[in-house]
Order: sequence, then structure tokens, then C-alpha cells
Amino acid sequence: MKKFLAVMLAVAMVFCMAACGDKQEANDGSANITDGAGMVFKVGATGPLTGGAAIYGQAVKAGAEIAVEEVNAMGGFQFDFNMQDDAHDAEKAVNAYNDLKDWGMQFMMGTTTSAPGEAVSAEAYADRMFFLTPSASSTDVIKGKDNVFQMCFTDPNQGTGSAQYMYEHNMGTNIGIIYKSDDNYSMGVYNTFKAKAAELKLNVVAEAAFTDATSTDFTVQVKQMQDAGVDLVFLPMYYTPASLIFAQAAATGYTPTWFGIDGMDGILTLEGFDTALAEGVILLTPYSADADSSENKNFVEKYKAKTGELPNQFAADAYDCIYALWKAVDQSGVTADMSSEEICEALVKTFTSMSFNGLTGSNMTWATDGTVSKSPNAMVIKNGAYVGM
Amino acid sequence: MKKMKNLTKAQKSSSLTYAVVIVAFAIMFALKTSGSLSSKMTGMLVPICAYIVMAVSLNLVVGIMGDLSLGHAGFMSVGAFAGTIAIVSMQYNGVESAGLRLVVGIIVGAIAGAIIGFLIGIPVLRLNGDYLAIVTLAFAEIIKVLIQNMYLDLDENGFHFSMVENTNTTNLETARLIIEGPMGIRGITKISTFVAGFILVMVVLIVIFHFMSSRTGRAVMSIRDNRIAAESVGIPIFKYKITTFTLSAAMAGAAGVLFANNYSTLISAKFNIDTSILVLVFVVLGGQGNMLGSIIAATALTILPEILRGFSDYRMLIYAIILIAVMLISNNSQLKAAFDGLLIKLKLKKAPDEEEGGKA
Amino acid sequence: MSFLNYLVSGLSLGSIYAIIALGYTMVYGIAKMLNFAHGDVIMIGGYMCFFAVQRFNLPPVLGVIIAMLACTLLGIIIERLAYKPLRSAPSLAVLITAIGVSYFLQNAAQLLWSSNPKVFKSVVGNGVLTIGGEGGLIVSHVALLTVVVCVIIMVGLTLFVNKTKMGKAMRAVSEDKGAAQLMGIDVNRTISITFAIGSGLAAIAGVLLCSAYPTLQPTTGSMPGIKAFTAAVFGGIGSIPGAFLGGILLGVIENLAKAYISTQLSDAIVFGVLIVVLLVKPAGLLGKAVREKV
Repeated sequence: MKKFLAVMLAVAMVFCMAACGDKQEANDGSANITDGAGMVFKVGATGPLTGGAAIYGQAVKAGAEIAVEEVNAMGGFQFDFNMQDDAHDAEKAVNAYNDLKDWGMQFMMGTTTSAPGEAVSAEAYADRMFFLTPSASSTDVIKGKDNVFQMCFTDPNQGTGSAQYMYEHNMGTNIGIIYKSDDNYSMGVYNTFKAKAAELKLNVVAEAAFTDATSTDFTVQVKQMQDAGVDLVFLPMYYTPASLIFAQAAATGYTPTWFGIDGMDGILTLEGFDTALAEGVILLTPYSADADSSENKNFVEKYKAKTGELPNQFAADAYDCIYALWKAVDQSGVTADMSSEEICEALVKTFTSMSFNGLTGSNMTWATDGTVSKSPNAMVIKNGAYVGM
Repeated sequence: MKKMKNLTKAQKSSSLTYAVVIVAFAIMFALKTSGSLSSKMTGMLVPICAYIVMAVSLNLVVGIMGDLSLGHAGFMSVGAFAGTIAIVSMQYNGVESAGLRLVVGIIVGAIAGAIIGFLIGIPVLRLNGDYLAIVTLAFAEIIKVLIQNMYLDLDENGFHFSMVENTNTTNLETARLIIEGPMGIRGITKISTFVAGFILVMVVLIVIFHFMSSRTGRAVMSIRDNRIAAESVGIPIFKYKITTFTLSAAMAGAAGVLFANNYSTLISAKFNIDTSILVLVFVVLGGQGNMLGSIIAATALTILPEILRGFSDYRMLIYAIILIAVMLISNNSQLKAAFDGLLIKLKLKKAPDEEEGGKA
Repeated sequence: MSFLNYLVSGLSLGSIYAIIALGYTMVYGIAKMLNFAHGDVIMIGGYMCFFAVQRFNLPPVLGVIIAMLACTLLGIIIERLAYKPLRSAPSLAVLITAIGVSYFLQNAAQLLWSSNPKVFKSVVGNGVLTIGGEGGLIVSHVALLTVVVCVIIMVGLTLFVNKTKMGKAMRAVSEDKGAAQLMGIDVNRTISITFAIGSGLAAIAGVLLCSAYPTLQPTTGSMPGIKAFTAAVFGGIGSIPGAFLGGILLGVIENLAKAYISTQLSDAIVFGVLIVVLLVKPAGLLGKAVREKV
């Protein structure tokens, strides 16, 4: 019993500590409201800020924060941005969403990843909370929810796009695929790629999967590709496992053409990565940090100053999300004293009718099903930099 | 005489547990219906109930039986998937009542948990100590990987099942894709409620307290305290152990169904070693064999990371420090004395404040 | 030839598991605790070497030494602060504390060095040996190094435990703490030294792990940690040759299962084999069955 008492007291202490923490933050928020000239909208977001998927959430957070600083500096109405950790888990994501609701969130810059995104978008749909996700690309995030929109491509879009591109450019006599079998994103692209490849009669000769638990050793998968005589390997995955595949293939002297999708963007920014390994890699991506528009240069510079790293597509999508939300708020004429339901209805109307120029595409429009229309660019890596094809 | 005293002590502890649970439920329910509970707390009510059931059922194995299991999430997973399949199929076949679907789902989940628990228990319970722990961990990992590779569809011709590759040839227009490999089950209708969670917790507690005072329960505790002595007086160790293990797995299965139907998606990767360990932490922190302790630890540790959101980036670091500190303070006599001293000092200084804080 | 290639990469992976498993087994054998934070000490070792070599341009050998020193120190600190106060506590309490330490190290690493993965340059470069010409057996230098280092460590540890005075003390503490104390052995010191050695080994494992599979993240150590724990139990926890054998077998089985059965199910197969082995030999391949005293 004594032991138990000690535990309880410790927990009680924590509660008090936490309460203090919460209070301080609330004070900061209210100070903003009184200081700011115009209206303040509360924008919530969730993403994995800790754990294995933290790279994506941290990129989204940094990208969005830069955009928020910029739009707030323009004067006019202000955004108060609050991003909570969901550790890439549906349960924690719903908790984070509820936490944001308590904070007074008026619309949401989505979840960063797909699996939690499906759970949270269902809640947002039920609550009529406007939801724009930067990077949760699975179709189930938006399916049947009129107030949920994506800034990124849907997974099927990328799969069919890649197959189409290979077909049109006559690439690869023997095509192989390495995919991550316990990942939504990778599986979504893989399934549609396979279907489209069959339709176009592309010669897919080898497939190899890996899982989260086996995502360090790719010697077997690489060997299987090599043995099957594959000369074009499609890699529907993020850049971290891809960098390992390149290194392990190089170690066995295997040099096919590698073909990646938007998750591959970021590979050149990996600290310590030997860019020679990625020489000749082709990727279909709407964004690259090397694009030389002045908007992009401004963003890259600020991102570097903030994090010491180069931005990837997650950061750019998040940056675009904030600007798109800003534009939609501006056009729809919603005010900060409206409820989140009212704001939601107004933003849905504006979103399906407006066109938006951002870092990840120009003249983007949104369909009523929540998908975005923008075109990916094929890039090839030459001398450690992206070159348009 | 001693036996009598023990019995009353056990009864006292069980009535206290029931009372705490009922009062806590009444307060939360009143707050919830009056709308004065925050969204965050409201959202956590069902998962807390599920974790309480997980904690007390694992306590049956760890505290009452004295065996370390690192794979309790595996049974939760089996129950969650089996129960949700039942619920989704009923929905597909037009069963309207959410309550009926949930009850049947929980029963199916419990049965599935029991079957798998029994099958796994046969080999596992022949091992001891850390070897038993690693084998339960291994089984949970196997369950996770197998479910990740299952594809199950339902159409007018019944179920279609395939492993590793999705080779189901169902008409995608009319079929309900139930399990989609690593993406798990999607589009679940949220039917778990706080009341359902409370009823499940109560049922599980009644079963556990009855079990503890039953012949099997007492036999299992005697095995825990002295296996060789128990064996020498002719207690069939294996029979009693497997009964306990199966019961525990069934409860975990039921908890899984409750948990799964509180979210729109269910993936197998959720039930990994981290979840098993989390439940074990509830049990150890609450005290082995102490059901009320498990309940409070499960509640406190589910709420804790959410309360720590104010610390933003430092949240999980602080969570880790608190976990270590609590383990050290509650298990080291010197530190405990120092901590108690500190508390007494604080109490002497600001006794009225402290009481106010406690009430709030 | 494919088979030999799969076997070689399995051996290389297995050697890394074996080195980590040796650390687990040492600590378990003497302190009778499952040090779940071991995997995260590996990760810290990787980061230390990364910073020494890639940020401060020190030679790789110096990087390895720095990583070993840092991890040894870290091991001693963890032991002093988190485990030593629990010497007489139930083993479950120590297990949970170890898990807390593991969370702590992962989250501290993320705060200090960000969650962005870093690419680790192999300490021996990316060269390969080709045996049998085109299409023959390909062995990377890293794979060769891992196997060699693993054997050296295994032999070294065996000699240390069997031949030195400290090793004798360790064996005594492992057999019976109380009796060892009565014989004038400083039990606390012995346990601390065991932790120091285990953590030093973790640093070597970290450097080799990151050389062979060159990404480094705060979660880098957790999965290899669990696999190596399995390997240690597989071979018989507490036994040094057992950890070696368990690690190698686990790596080879994992790679062959991936190559010939299914990449998706390889983990299920590895754990399935573990279960079968433990049912046939309940104390692992080389473990001693301890007779219960009445």
C-alpha cells in the first residue's frame, strides 16, 4: 500500500507540473490575441514529432512554421499555429486532435502520415472541422469526406503516373520493384503501379518486399533483382531505405536504373550521404529543393537557417498548405469569431473553386473528392543535383 | 483463523476496487453528459477502459500466476481483428443495432483470444522465467506479421481469404474489403462507447475476483509462491496455469475489440512489443497482484503523456524520466524514505494548499 | 552461387547480432537483468563515431575508440543512477527501469541530434572482394570485418572470463552473489565493470552496424537490440559461446528465409524457429539447465 501511495503522489505531482505547463501556453496564446492587430485564426496540425517517423513530422512542422511567420508578417489576419505529436499512431493522433479542439482549433492542417490520417479525418468529418493534409497520401484519408483535402498526390496517382512514364519513355526491358509491405504509402503506390504496368504490358520480372523490422539489410532484395536481370528498379518508398539500397547495391557492383517517387526527394539532403551513389536516379516529384524560383530560394534559405538542413517535399507541402489556407480564408471572408463548423462550410466552397500557386505546383485546383491536380516533374540526379528531364 | 482473515482482506480489496471504479465512472459520466469534460478527456475514456482490461488481465498472469509475459498485445490483436471482422460482417449483412454488433463482436474477440491463448499456452507454459517471456514476445511478433499479410474480403458468396499476396477475386463493386494486409481494417464505424467500456471493466473485474477466490485461483497463487511445494502436494500445475492463461487471453481479446471499434482504422503494427511493454508497465507500477493498482496505473499512464503536451518537444523525455523516477522511488528504500521526508516537509509547510490541490 | 552470397550476407548480419547479444548475455549472466536499453547504447555509439569521423574529421580508428570510451562511460553512469539503486528490488522493477532508460536515450538523441537520418561512412570503405570472377561470390570488406571482429571478441571474452582474476570474480558473482561477497569479492564493482564492458562492446556493434547498413537515426538500435536479445536467448542466455552461435544462426536464418521463403514473413519464421528451439531445449542451444533447489 505504501508503495502504491508513493506512486500516486508522484503521479499527482506530475499532474500539477503539467497543469503549470498548460497554463503558461494558454497565456502565450491570449497575449497574441490582444497584441495582434487583426483577427487570429487557430490552426492545428498533428504529425509524428517523436519516434521512427519523426523526420516527416518535424519537416512538416518547420515548413509550416516558416509559412505562418511569413503570412503573419504581412499584417492582416493572423494564424496561431499549434502542432501536436501523434507518434505515427492512430490512437495518439485522435488524442492530439482532441487536444487541439480543446485549444480552440478552427481548422486543421491535417496529419502528416496516412494511417493516423485515416482515423483523424473520420473525426474531422464527424465534427465538420476543415482538414487539409500536407502529406497523408492514402485515398482512404479523403474517401467519402467532403471537408478533407490533400496537398500531396494520392498514392494511386503516383503509381499509375510512374508506369505511364516508363511506358512513354520506353524505359527498362526488365522491371523490378522493391516495396515496403507494411507501409500504407508504399503499398498504395505499389498496387496501382502493378495494375497499370500489367495494363501497359510492362515487363515486371521481380518483386521484393521489406518491412519496418527488416529495413536495414537489403542484400537479399538487391541480389534477387540482380539475379532476375532487372535493369530498372522501381522504388515506391521514402529516401531513408532507398539510400541503404543504393549503398548495398553499389557494394555488390549492381548498377540498374533506379526510379523513385516523391518520397525519394530528400535523398540528396541526407547528412553524410555519398551523392555519387544516387547518380542517375530518376524520380517523379512535384517539388525539389533545387528549383530556382525566388519563392523556393527564399523558403530553402529560411528552412536552412531554422533547422540547419535542406527542406524535403514534406516541408514544402506544409508550407504550401499554410498559404493555401491563408488564401482560402482571405477569399471566403470567414472571420475568427465564427465557429469551426461555419468556417468549414465556407472553406470547402472556396477550396473547390480556387486555384493556387505554390512551391509544389502552379495553378493547383482541388476536386470535390479532396484530390489535388498538379503535375509531377521527372527529375534525374546528375552530379549530385536534380536536373529536369 | 488465518484463512478467514485472508478471505476478508481479499473481499475488502475487491469491494474497494468495485467502489472506486463505479464512483469514477459515475463522476466521469456525469461530467461527460453535462458537457463539462474536455474533448481530450472524452476521447480517452474508451481507450482507458480498454487499457484497464488489458492491465488487469495481464496482472492475472504476471501478478497472480507469477509468470512474465511480453506478448499480451498479441492476444489483444487477435481479439481486435476477430471481433471487428464479426462486427463488419454483421454490418454488411444489415444488422442495424450497434449495441448488438458490439456485444457479439466482444464475445467473438474474447473467444478468439481464448483459443489462441490456449494454443500458445500449451508450449509456452512448459517454460520458466525469462524464457517464457521471450517466447510470448516471439508469438506476439508472429501474430503481428501474420495479420499484416492477410487479405480478407466479404461478398455475397461469403469470405475470400489469401495470404502474403492479395489474390482474392471478389467483385470490388459490391464486396467489403475487410483486412487489407498491412493497411488492416479500414472504414470501421465507431461503436465503442464509454458505457460499454465500463460494463466490460466491471464484468472482467467480477470474473477476476471470483477467479482469485476460486479453487483454481488459490491453486495458481500457491504455485506462484512455491512451485515445488505445490507440485509435491499433487496440484496439477499445468492444468491450472493454462486455465489462467486462457482466461487472461480472452479478456485481452475483448479489450482489443473495444479498443479497435473506437477508431476508424485498425492496423496490426499497433500491437507490437511497445504495446505489450506498456501494459506490463501498468501492472508493475500498480503492483503485481493488485487489481486496483493496475486500474489506477493504466489510467494515470494513459493520461500522463497527454497532459505532458505542454512540454512540446520534451514530452516523451519527461515521460521517460518520470517512469524511471517512479520505479526508483517505489523500489529503493533509501530514496523512498527521502521522498517521504520531502513530502512530509512540504505538507508541514503548505498543508492547506496541498489539500486544495488534491480535491481539484 | 546465389546461395553462398545469401549465406555470406547472413553471416555478416549474424555477426552484428552476435556482438550485441554478447553484451546482453554478459550483463544478464552477472546482473541477472534484461538490459532493454542495450540497443540504444549501440545507437549512441554510432552517433559518437559519426561525429568524430564525419564532423571532426578524425581517423576512423580514433572514432571507434571515442565511441567505446563514450559508451563505456554512459554504461557506467546508467548503471550507477538507474540500476544500482535497484540491486535488491524485484527483477520486473529493473526491467521497467531499463525500458525507461531506453525511452530516455532515444528521445534525448532525437532532441540533441534531430530525427533526420545521418548517413554513416563505413569505417573500412565500400570495397568488395570477388571470389570466382564474374557472377561469383561477393564479400564486402565490411562483412569480412564484422565476422573477424565478432570472432575476436568472442574468443577474447571467453579468455577474459575464464583466465583473469576479474573474470573469475564475474563467474563467482554470476553463480551466487551472497557467497561471492563472503569470499571478499566486491560485487557492486564487478557488476559495474560488467556494464562497462557490455557498453564498450555495444559501441563496437554500433560502429559495425552503421558501417554495414549506413543510416543512423535515434531508433537505429531498437530493432537490432530486440533481435540480438532473441539471439542471446536462442543460444542460451548467460552463455558467451551461446550468444555467438545464436547471433550467427539468427542472421543466417533471417537472410535465407528472406531469400527462399518470403521477405514479408521472414520475421515470423525467425521467431518460429526460436520457439521450436526453446521447446526442444528450454534453456537455449548452449544454456545450462539450472536445477531447482528445494
